[in-house]
Amino acid sequence: MIRVFIADDEGPARERLKELLEDIAGEVPTELAGEAANGVEALERLPASNAQVLLLDIRMPGMDGLELARHVTALENAPAVVFVTAHDKHAVEAFDLNALDYLLKPVRAARLAAALKKAINVGAPQRENLARAAGGPREYLSVAERNRIVLVPVRDILFLRAEQKYVTVRTKAREHLIEESLIALEREFTGTDLPYPFVRIHRNCLVARAAIRGFERTGGGEEEAHWQVVLDGVPERLPVSRRQWPTVRELIAERP
Amino acid sequence: MASIRQNAYSELLPDFRNMAVMARVLVAVNVAALTGTLYATPALGPALERFVYAAAFLEPLLLIELMVLYAVSPFFPRFTYWQGAAAIVGLTCVLAAMYHAAVRSVAGGDAMPSIVRTLLLAIVVAASLLAYFRLHSKAFSPALAEARLQALQARIRPHFLFNSLNAVLALIRRDPKRAERTLEDLADLFRTLMADARQFVRLADEVQLLERYAEIEHLRLADRLRVTWQLDAAPLDALLPPMVLQPLLENAIYHGVEPGTGVGDVLVRIERRGERVHAAIENPHLEQGGQRAGNRMALDNIRERLALFFDAEARLETRIANGRYRVEIEIPYRRA
Repeated sequence: MIRVFIADDEGPARERLKELLEDIAGEVPTELAGEAANGVEALERLPASNAQVLLLDIRMPGMDGLELARHVTALENAPAVVFVTAHDKHAVEAFDLNALDYLLKPVRAARLAAALKKAINVGAPQRENLARAAGGPREYLSVAERNRIVLVPVRDILFLRAEQKYVTVRTKAREHLIEESLIALEREFTGTDLPYPFVRIHRNCLVARAAIRGFERTGGGEEEAHWQVVLDGVPERLPVSRRQWPTVRELIAERP
Repeated sequence: MASIRQNAYSELLPDFRNMAVMARVLVAVNVAALTGTLYATPALGPALERFVYAAAFLEPLLLIELMVLYAVSPFFPRFTYWQGAAAIVGLTCVLAAMYHAAVRSVAGGDAMPSIVRTLLLAIVVAASLLAYFRLHSKAFSPALAEARLQALQARIRPHFLFNSLNAVLALIRRDPKRAERTLEDLADLFRTLMADARQFVRLADEVQLLERYAEIEHLRLADRLRVTWQLDAAPLDALLPPMVLQPLLENAIYHGVEPGTGVGDVLVRIERRGERVHAAIENPHLEQGGQRAGNRMALDNIRERLALFFDAEARLETRIANGRYRVEIEIPYRRA
């Protein structure tokens, strides 16, 4: 029995998939591990469902399927993912390029059976492949805590700082640790055309541009003087490296 | 989309690399020469003789001129119409003058008409031919407008088609009656879509189409979609271009309801205001990037079609206020 979880915002589409799963039960026995009508709901229900395969619609309100899949990989026993889409040329091209499996709506029973068998063998998708297929930055970062996924909205993040093996995610309320590389995060979140852009102020630190309240000069005398970022809402000061200072100053000057 | 607005089409200079254009020039100039000699010489015999004489002078110049125009025609798109036309007339004068001088040095001056006459004739002929080509392309521009209209004909999103078919498949076993009705609605929608884009439709029919479309979307989105219809003051006998309102409702649902997690309220209001028909479609304005481009394209498409039907008498405006996105259309009230 393969445990299948269905995430689709359209009721009839979920019904249809369930019907098809029943139809192919002789060939591929499955049981329904759960279902959800949007991305956030799916992330709440998935960890406890012990799903092995996630049938995932791409266009969903709140959080789209591609971003959801990226958070799901943070789970310890992450399910395999089969994307389902009605018509999304860009996504389909991205899937083909990055070895991700997908089905086109309306789904055929035979295709569904083949996809499930394949998914069980292949297992959870590679995080890098999902990131490349997504094309845009995530709206949340995800932290796996025991057996649940905590979503941290990117717009709430003040800064990201690399520690030994982890990256600290600081929001006004608290800190989280995530297992991602600062370099990959920089690539994802520092574009100037992003809704919540970050800027690198130091080898180990990215700061949300919107969170910067000002700069303070410290040191002098014996010690070499340097600049520090003063943040909105938290007392921490973050040092700006000499190398990054000109870039940071320029970016801030551009701010309306 | 600026690229669709090619008013420039009727303002193009003739394509001198087109055989038909060259043939027209040759025929027109020779006919002009024949007419001239027939008019100037009373008897037919001598007139034909003079024409042959004139043609012997004319033909080489004409061929040289056409060859030069053939060579320089790639540069014309860089100029405005009038600059290009002036350049052609100027070029004709220069060629005629050089040719005149060349023939004079070979044939001797006595047999030659004056250079002023040659130049005047060259200018008159070149200018009239340009005027002819201009009129010609203008006369054919309705065909262009029609082609544009066909190309602009509204398209239903593939996204909608496949999701609807999927929803119908889900219904077939549980609720065959509703599946049948939905397929009938889909058939109506596509019939209208494939109908002649040039023919006006009655508002009553367009409203029915809107309701059928909303019915299909309702099947997919269930409680997430709530459409309020304000049609009591709608002039159902009004004529309007086909598929003007449906794409607006489709946009409202695609951008204002589907990406939202809550209930999406869509308002459709159509009413008569004096001698004008006013339609407004409103949906929640969601902060979502990446979808604006598609929306703007659909709106430009409709605006363009309204302009082709009503010229400047139609109006399409969008407004964002109080978290609502609103599209308004106003067209002249024409009765069926």
